[in-house]
Amino acid sequence: MPQPIVRFTDVTKRYGNLTVLNKLNLDVAPGEKVAIIGPSGSGKSTLLRALMTLESIDEGVICVDDEPLTHMPARDGRLVPASASHQRKVRGKIGMVFQSFNLFPHMCALQNVIEAPMQVLGMGRKEATERAEDLLAMVGLGEKLRHFPSQLSGGQQQRVAIARALAMRPKVMLFDEVTSALDPELCGEVLNVIRRLGSEHNLTMLMVTHQMGFAREFADRVCFFHQGCIHEQGTPDQLFGNPQQERTKAFLSAVNEAN
Amino acid sequence: MTDLFPLLLQGAWVTVQVTFWGSLLAIVSAVIAALGRLSPIGPLRWLAITYIEIFRGTSLLVQLFWLYFVLPMPPFNVEMSAFTVAIVGLGLHIGAYGAEVMRGAIRSVAKGQYEACTALNMHPSKRFLRIILPQALLAAIPPGTNLLIELLKNTSLVSLITLSDLAFRARQLDQATFMTLEIFALALVLYFFMAQVINLGMRLLEKRLSRGRMRGGLQ
Repeated sequence: MPQPIVRFTDVTKRYGNLTVLNKLNLDVAPGEKVAIIGPSGSGKSTLLRALMTLESIDEGVICVDDEPLTHMPARDGRLVPASASHQRKVRGKIGMVFQSFNLFPHMCALQNVIEAPMQVLGMGRKEATERAEDLLAMVGLGEKLRHFPSQLSGGQQQRVAIARALAMRPKVMLFDEVTSALDPELCGEVLNVIRRLGSEHNLTMLMVTHQMGFAREFADRVCFFHQGCIHEQGTPDQLFGNPQQERTKAFLSAVNEAN
Repeated sequence: MTDLFPLLLQGAWVTVQVTFWGSLLAIVSAVIAALGRLSPIGPLRWLAITYIEIFRGTSLLVQLFWLYFVLPMPPFNVEMSAFTVAIVGLGLHIGAYGAEVMRGAIRSVAKGQYEACTALNMHPSKRFLRIILPQALLAAIPPGTNLLIELLKNTSLVSLITLSDLAFRARQLDQATFMTLEIFALALVLYFFMAQVINLGMRLLEKRLSRGRMRGGLQ
């Protein structure tokens, strides 16, 4: 495996007595597409949220591009908890799309996409706008630049959110159950955008999903999460076609039954 | 009657100016005090709480007397014109109430908005000014309108620190002409009219800020 772009080493996260991530180890190669599946409460979303620094971790180290995200080296070489500015520096390599879109309601689609490039990367309005128009066209919303989030359907809002995250040129994209809040008929348009991203860009993607069909077709690797760590992982064919662990089999058959 | 009206209008103009500048000060102090109140830094929080409790918990009239009669004396030696005192007194007083309104409004902004800002690597100051504040101001408009109308009505107290506002003029004219009913009826109408201007202005502002916005949707 080449040098991983994301590396979790013995990462533990607790809420009081509840251990959500339990000595988790995970390496993700550049360009790899990893789907994370598992029962709710198994720590899937927490993994993405910890990587986005939305949750602090209690033990272990997360590295992005070989640089520790949650820690930084002190003068004597030991790792100490990262300062806000160190986190901002490393965090710039990661983008995230949320289940509930989280678009800025007081800005139109175009403003949503140019806001961070201008305010964070210091890009000029003209350049930011041109890029945003390209990105919004790529997600199929070239005609909706001036629409506010409330004037867009859920699927359209989620596609704006994808364009907004891409505008920051992340190396790693995190998708946290991005179709869970959508009507079934709107899921397809969002998944199609993710498909295109996967085939046209060399982005590393981590996605938490309940869409088993999509995970099977799209991912290079599928990780089954259970009780805060990766219970079983493999290629989609291995994991869906021939799961080894009892818990994995039970989960997959329950999901199949529901479908 | 026609000679009365210009004099009353002169008073009303003083009331309008005090209300306008007082409102601006009130809004600014409300936002700053709300931020202090929500700050993780202890001393800032205590400072904000002290301000809010003192200005909310004591009489506005006594506050105006302090600013106008006590502050010019040693050891303070701070002298302000009656006009400035009126603006500072009313602004800080209503600002203290407004701080609690703003605090609620800031906290009503969905957590997902903060998370989106983190995911876009935004600095906390940019996050507040560009994303959180515009949404909080919108949420603060209906209760804020109440406070601004309250401020307008409280301006009648400034006549007690020698300012010739609408209420002062009305009483002065009443003593000179004994047309009590007409004068105070007119004063009432003028206050009502000014309150409606505030009301309408805030509604227009709300409409403008909520352009294309749905309230209570997925955010």
